[in-house]
Amino acid sequence: MRFVRRKLIQLVVVLLCVTFLSFLLISLLPGDPATKLCAGAGGQECVDQKRTELRLDDPIPVRYVRWLGDAVTGDLGASARNQQPVWEALTQRVPVTIELLLYSQFMALIIAIPLGLLAAQRAGGILDRVSTTVLFGLLAVPSFMLALLLIYIFPVKLGWFQATGYTDFTDNPLESLGSLFLPALSLAAAEMAVYMRLLRTDLIATLQEDYITMAKAKGMPPRRILLRHAFKPSSFSLITVIGLNFGRLIGGALIIEIIFGINGLGKYTVDSILGQDFIPVQGAVLVIAVGYVLINFAVDMLYAALDPRIRHARALA
Amino acid sequence: MPAPSHDPVHGAVPGSGSVFAESGDFATEISDIADGDALGLAELHELDPDQVASPRAKRRLGLAFWIASGWFALVALAALLAPILPIDDPNKTVARPRLAPSSAHWFGTDALGRDVFSRTIWGGRISLVVGIGSILLGVLIGGAIGLLAGHYRGKVETILMGFCDVLLSFPALLLALAIVGFRDNRDVSTIVLAIGVVSIAPVARLVRANTMIYSQREFVTAARSLGASNARIMLREVLPNVVFPVLSFSVIAVAVAIVAEGGLAFIGLSVPPPTATWGGMISDGRNFLADAPWISLAPCFILFLTVLALNLAGDRLREFFDIREGAL
Repeated sequence: MRFVRRKLIQLVVVLLCVTFLSFLLISLLPGDPATKLCAGAGGQECVDQKRTELRLDDPIPVRYVRWLGDAVTGDLGASARNQQPVWEALTQRVPVTIELLLYSQFMALIIAIPLGLLAAQRAGGILDRVSTTVLFGLLAVPSFMLALLLIYIFPVKLGWFQATGYTDFTDNPLESLGSLFLPALSLAAAEMAVYMRLLRTDLIATLQEDYITMAKAKGMPPRRILLRHAFKPSSFSLITVIGLNFGRLIGGALIIEIIFGINGLGKYTVDSILGQDFIPVQGAVLVIAVGYVLINFAVDMLYAALDPRIRHARALA
Repeated sequence: MPAPSHDPVHGAVPGSGSVFAESGDFATEISDIADGDALGLAELHELDPDQVASPRAKRRLGLAFWIASGWFALVALAALLAPILPIDDPNKTVARPRLAPSSAHWFGTDALGRDVFSRTIWGGRISLVVGIGSILLGVLIGGAIGLLAGHYRGKVETILMGFCDVLLSFPALLLALAIVGFRDNRDVSTIVLAIGVVSIAPVARLVRANTMIYSQREFVTAARSLGASNARIMLREVLPNVVFPVLSFSVIAVAVAIVAEGGLAFIGLSVPPPTATWGGMISDGRNFLADAPWISLAPCFILFLTVLALNLAGDRLREFFDIREGAL
């Protein structure tokens, strides 16, 4: 319990800092933020209105607290281009991106785990060498490049899948997964390589432990040793990295959603930046960063639940 | 920035780092293990049966390393010498648009009739300047933070590493994108700054972890008992040992930074056109994939080879410098 309490306090501190940095983004704008926020339209009237609206003359801590209060109650301001409230836009787009992220994580793991298990079982064997080499090459392929190649091969040359467009998951789950297949694959490729390598090295280390030799000596079948004895203790760093990789995947999604024309969080963010529309960018950054912190908090908790050594650290000490 | 793409053990764990670091605390140690450094989780890589069998193997860099370095040197040289190389002006129409590769135009011409080969070389200038510049920035600032935190521990460490934890709480590319997006001018220095800021925290973590290891070694104790100042211990005793892991990390980090710049350029948020950038060229060609694929594929291929070369070289360097007691 001490562990949980400690983690919760950390979580609150990190969340406060992260929200503060997101809030400060506006001050990065060169010159007077109010002028920039009007996006060139509306003239002096708009500028004055923004100044009072954001109360830019107040000291920063006061503005931060007010901004945070608004954000918590669902008011992240509105777009300067179409006046759509940021919160409303985000609620439409977040589910799309979450589907994409989970889909690509799933895709990466479903390939990486069996491959890692097989490679570690015969470390140095043909399968190990080939998969390690191929995946090392895959790591050097940026997701946007892979996306382009996949579009070239599938929709353009073979006529499979659509190059753009997205079907809502609640409308038709199967079609939705089909429409996200190529985007998810573009994101998953590099993660696949990371997961496979990580699981492989951890497994090789675990397989040298005494209790594995013991299990072998008892005459346990190798498959059972691998799955029942070696896999769980070797999967801890994998779990941490899966959590951390949400960050990289979100970064990838910023670009991938543009290429495939998916109306998710990434496209919203980039479109807003390109349109010099800063309030939505701030809202999106806030939501993504907070989501990322929460995911990693959840991973830490999961980690503790799986590995008693962490939970009982105090008792042991 | 991005933890080295294929060595996630070195990645950081937001929220589990050192906001409340107190020495001797098990929970902190666990998060250090998650960082992969304090207890040296990274050497799990060394348990490769090949290498267990022949410990000498890793004392050589190997052919692959030299081929990779050779390729990188070639790209760097071409980029450096671009203004005096006998190639076409990258921003001028020199032939009919979308001409297939030929002896006159090695990589063909793009939609505006510009020479793709020449643009690829000039694009390399941006990629390399951003890649190397941003990581240099990250290493200088992150290195200083890590050295101070690892040497002084206590409050200094809590504050500095807390700052890094917060930076790491943002997805890397999002933070870079936000910095670029909120700035007006998108010249090279803005891009270097954006990617550089993102690379501070991972370097700081790596340097801190290594500093902590070396600070406990006998030669540091000896220097301290001889009356060496903190600054001297950090710079003369610890720093020379920390340089090597940072070097191999940086090589891979440069690859990650080049990819990040490519991604920003691809969505139109790097140095604006007509300046050639690899990401921008790949994006320009994507509407002509069916009839003029070379416009995209040529820079794609060069970008891939360069990133692969850096990954490979960095990976070999990491193994090379990873001197453990057993190997001594």
